[in-house]
Amino acid sequence: MRPFLLALLAKEPAHGYELKQALEQIFGSAYPSPNIGQIYVTLGRLEKDGLVRAVDVEQPNRPNKKVYHLTAAGREALDAWADEPTEGPRVRDEFFMKLVLAPMTGISDRMTLINRQRRHYLALMRDLNELAGRTDPADRVALLLIEGAMLHLQADLDWLDRCQEDLS
Amino acid sequence: MSRSEPDRAGGAARKGRVVRGAGGEREAAPDPVVSTVNLVKIYQNGGVPVPAVRGVDLRVEPGEFVAIMGPSGSGKSTLVHMLGGLDVRTSGEIWLDGRRADTLGESAWALLRRQKIGFVFQFFNLVANMTVADNVELPALLAGASPRVARERREHLLGALGLTDRAGAAPAQLAGGEQQRVALARALANRPSLLLADEPTGNLDSRNTRDVLRLLGEVHRDGQTIILVTHDARVASLADRVVSLLDGQIVDDGAVGAARRRPRGTAGDVVELRG
Ligand SMILES: Nc1ncnc2c1ncn2[C@@H]1O[C@H](COP(=O)(O)OP(=O)(O)OP(=O)(O)O)[C@@H](O)[C@H]1O
Ligand SMILES: [Mg+2]
Repeated sequence: MRPFLLALLAKEPAHGYELKQALEQIFGSAYPSPNIGQIYVTLGRLEKDGLVRAVDVEQPNRPNKKVYHLTAAGREALDAWADEPTEGPRVRDEFFMKLVLAPMTGISDRMTLINRQRRHYLALMRDLNELAGRTDPADRVALLLIEGAMLHLQADLDWLDRCQEDLS
Repeated sequence: MSRSEPDRAGGAARKGRVVRGAGGEREAAPDPVVSTVNLVKIYQNGGVPVPAVRGVDLRVEPGEFVAIMGPSGSGKSTLVHMLGGLDVRTSGEIWLDGRRADTLGESAWALLRRQKIGFVFQFFNLVANMTVADNVELPALLAGASPRVARERREHLLGALGLTDRAGAAPAQLAGGEQQRVALARALANRPSLLLADEPTGNLDSRNTRDVLRLLGEVHRDGQTIILVTHDARVASLADRVVSLLDGQIVDDGAVGAARRRPRGTAGDVVELRG
């Protein structure tokens, strides 16, 4: 959440609720709607670290609102975030650990574990298909996120095939 | 898992079973579209036997959409080739619509394919010296459709697969993914009651895969039976049932269920689905 808020503030100063709306607008339905409380907590931490600066703005007949600005240090942190490579997908997959460890204890056999997991992945894929089907075709960001999830699932299934060939 | 389930194997698979109807009277259940009994295929490779399919009992009901998955070399192509009469079984039985088929000769198989089986090969097999349009129309014409009906069907299929402007091309002028879609259109030209498709999306990008999925959905809703070999989980997840092969044997056979019971979500669920 921290770098997302810094990136939005690099575009223009904003108050907490505007940041929530901006995130919803950009990611559409592809991202869980951010919790406003979580946004304020994060902004508070960023302010404590000197990455943003809050300016009180008076409002008629209402409590002051805080408008957040990016500081020079915030700009640096944002640049560092954009420049560094992003972590790839995890490979210490929990299912894989189960597959290796469970048969040792005699709790379950590998073939059963793999077959059950394949059905689970396929059911997830079916969910993603349905989700894609009812997502507005104009919502490119959401559809790309769904497609990414599908490609990851496909890789998981291919890996399952490899496990079945080599471990059974 | 069907292998130990007598219902899907052995003698019960041969003939439509007699079941009790709602009113208690006896009525015949429809014959399965496909049923195999201990089906075996052993290739000879320079005198060395290569078992490709080792005792498959498979029963597919009318209108079912079955995906066959499994690693490379597990016998998927061999199995569907035998179901389409394109490869001869070594032992075991094949029944189509309640009739014994593995004992048929080549011309009887050719007739069956023309009348009710559409086949999509893993490596397309288009007629090289005919245009895309003719490749797709030919099976319908051979089956006795009028030229007008064959043309309309061809136009619909090529349109649904985004190939309208390739109708006049020769297969060799097409990209692999285009040839693959033409092969699917050709297989569907006759509205076959049984579609056998071997990796019909193997060469497609995700947009073209979406077109193929939509067309398969249409075919499925029309009540045609589909048996489809695929590595593509998107395709398999649309099937009613997934059969997994390993070393020529069925190791899993079951419905694709729902992942979890929950209200219809939005795409925002993706992050949680994968988290
Ligand atoms: N014509 C043939 N002659 C000899 N062996 C063959 C022949 N066709 C297939 N095989 C062998 O039979 C086995 C099963 O092959 P098959 O083509 O059915 O696998 P598959 O599951 O379709 O694989 P893929 O996913 O790579 O298409 C393999 O070991 C293969 O080498
Ligand atoms: Mg194959």
